[in-house]
Amino acid sequence: MFGSITAIGMGLAVVGAGIGIGNVGGKAMEAIARQPEAVGDIRANMILMAALVEGAALIAIVFSYLSN
Amino acid sequence: MRRYIFSFICLFFLSFSAVAQDHQGHGHDEQQDAATTHDEGGCGHVEEGEFDPGATAFHHISDQNVYNIGPFTLPLPCILYSPGEGWSVFSSGKFHPNEHGHGNGHVAVDGYVLVDGLVHRVLDKSFPAGEVEINNHGFHSSIKTDKGEKEVPAICYNGRLYPVESRSYADGGVFGGGISSFYDFSITKNVATMMVVFALMAWLFFSVAKRYKERKGLAPKGVQSFIETIFIFIQDEVAKPFLGHHWEKFLPFLMSLFFFILGLNLFGQIPFFGGSNATGNIAVTMVLALITFIVVNINGNKNYWEHIFWMPGVPAWVKTILTPVEFLGLFIKPITLTLRLFANITAGHMVMVIFVGLIFMFGKGEMAPSLGTSIGSALLAVFMMAIELLVAFIQAFVFTILTASYIGAATEEAHH
Repeated sequence: MFGSITAIGMGLAVVGAGIGIGNVGGKAMEAIARQPEAVGDIRANMILMAALVEGAALIAIVFSYLSN
Repeated sequence: MRRYIFSFICLFFLSFSAVAQDHQGHGHDEQQDAATTHDEGGCGHVEEGEFDPGATAFHHISDQNVYNIGPFTLPLPCILYSPGEGWSVFSSGKFHPNEHGHGNGHVAVDGYVLVDGLVHRVLDKSFPAGEVEINNHGFHSSIKTDKGEKEVPAICYNGRLYPVESRSYADGGVFGGGISSFYDFSITKNVATMMVVFALMAWLFFSVAKRYKERKGLAPKGVQSFIETIFIFIQDEVAKPFLGHHWEKFLPFLMSLFFFILGLNLFGQIPFFGGSNATGNIAVTMVLALITFIVVNINGNKNYWEHIFWMPGVPAWVKTILTPVEFLGLFIKPITLTLRLFANITAGHMVMVIFVGLIFMFGKGEMAPSLGTSIGSALLAVFMMAIELLVAFIQAFVFTILTASYIGAATEEAHH
């Protein structure tokens, strides 16, 4: 099986996004545990932040795909 | 209660077996052709490869000029324009896509042929106009391009292979792709899906609105309570916190975005129903993001533009760095909106096809391992469908919340 170096690039982008979204989710869980009454606000902001982190990874994936 | 659960489980397995059936047809074709060569209409030997899960997945997520529901192929109108020959309007049933299965039509109409469910054109001038019988069974011919030899799909007519022109690339030729010699204004599978979802949404919301008029002051009932929950959620969690006192002005736009995207996401996940992938098409998401871009920038106030081009309270040399970054950010926002929705939905559809495709990859060997793989991938696919149901809601929500935050940033009053 042979891949290309762009595949490695895609993989690295996904690793970065995984760490980022993991951090967002983990911190949000901590915040909810500390202040359960603010769960609504925290959830909305968590999804927003996860989406922004994901956006950077998606740009990397698409550029690595296009430069293929 | 137990009866409901039982019927739900039955429905779930029924719907799943439907998905499996949808792909079984394809896998079966491929298997029969695997490793056999046959002579087709005097055009030489056709060699068809093994079952290729990647290619199958791409075929299933792409837009098509026919609508496949299980074993049935519904024709859709083709509206084609080529600068030299003018308009051609006909039904894609004229290509006779049924006989070879999977959208390889065996009739050419005015030089247009159906390859893998999509209309392509034969560029060769000697190819006859009008309706002619062709042989379209996975031929390939190599043509010379400026980058060397390239394998392209071809069709066979009168014992000769005609290469088929490739479709326009999504980048419009910027990154080395090409643009086709004709314009395709057809009502494709995705367009048909959007029309159906639009009609469904209109019906749903008009009937709910009528309910509200009839039952003024009473508790919501039936579908009304389902819609009201989601509607109030978006209004209170998205529109009000992000838009401040402008929220009523932008609420209709946000709601239209949310319910349209949600409807398309969910419609694409109905098994055995074509698996249309409208929000997984980059053109569709691009237009949605473009509408957001226009709405944001039309409503941007002086304060917003000032923060982009000449940020107050920052030293002048920093401004020279910040201005280009902020200006680029103006365009990166809609681009990420486009890509996020596109990539999430496409990835979901692709994973589904590949999990089902595992069955055909391992299904040729002995009984025990292939049975094990089948059960394993069936369970995985059911699990993925559940995840995708969640993703459908989350992506519609994310698109709406990001749009709301961009509008909120553009309409915010100065406070410093």
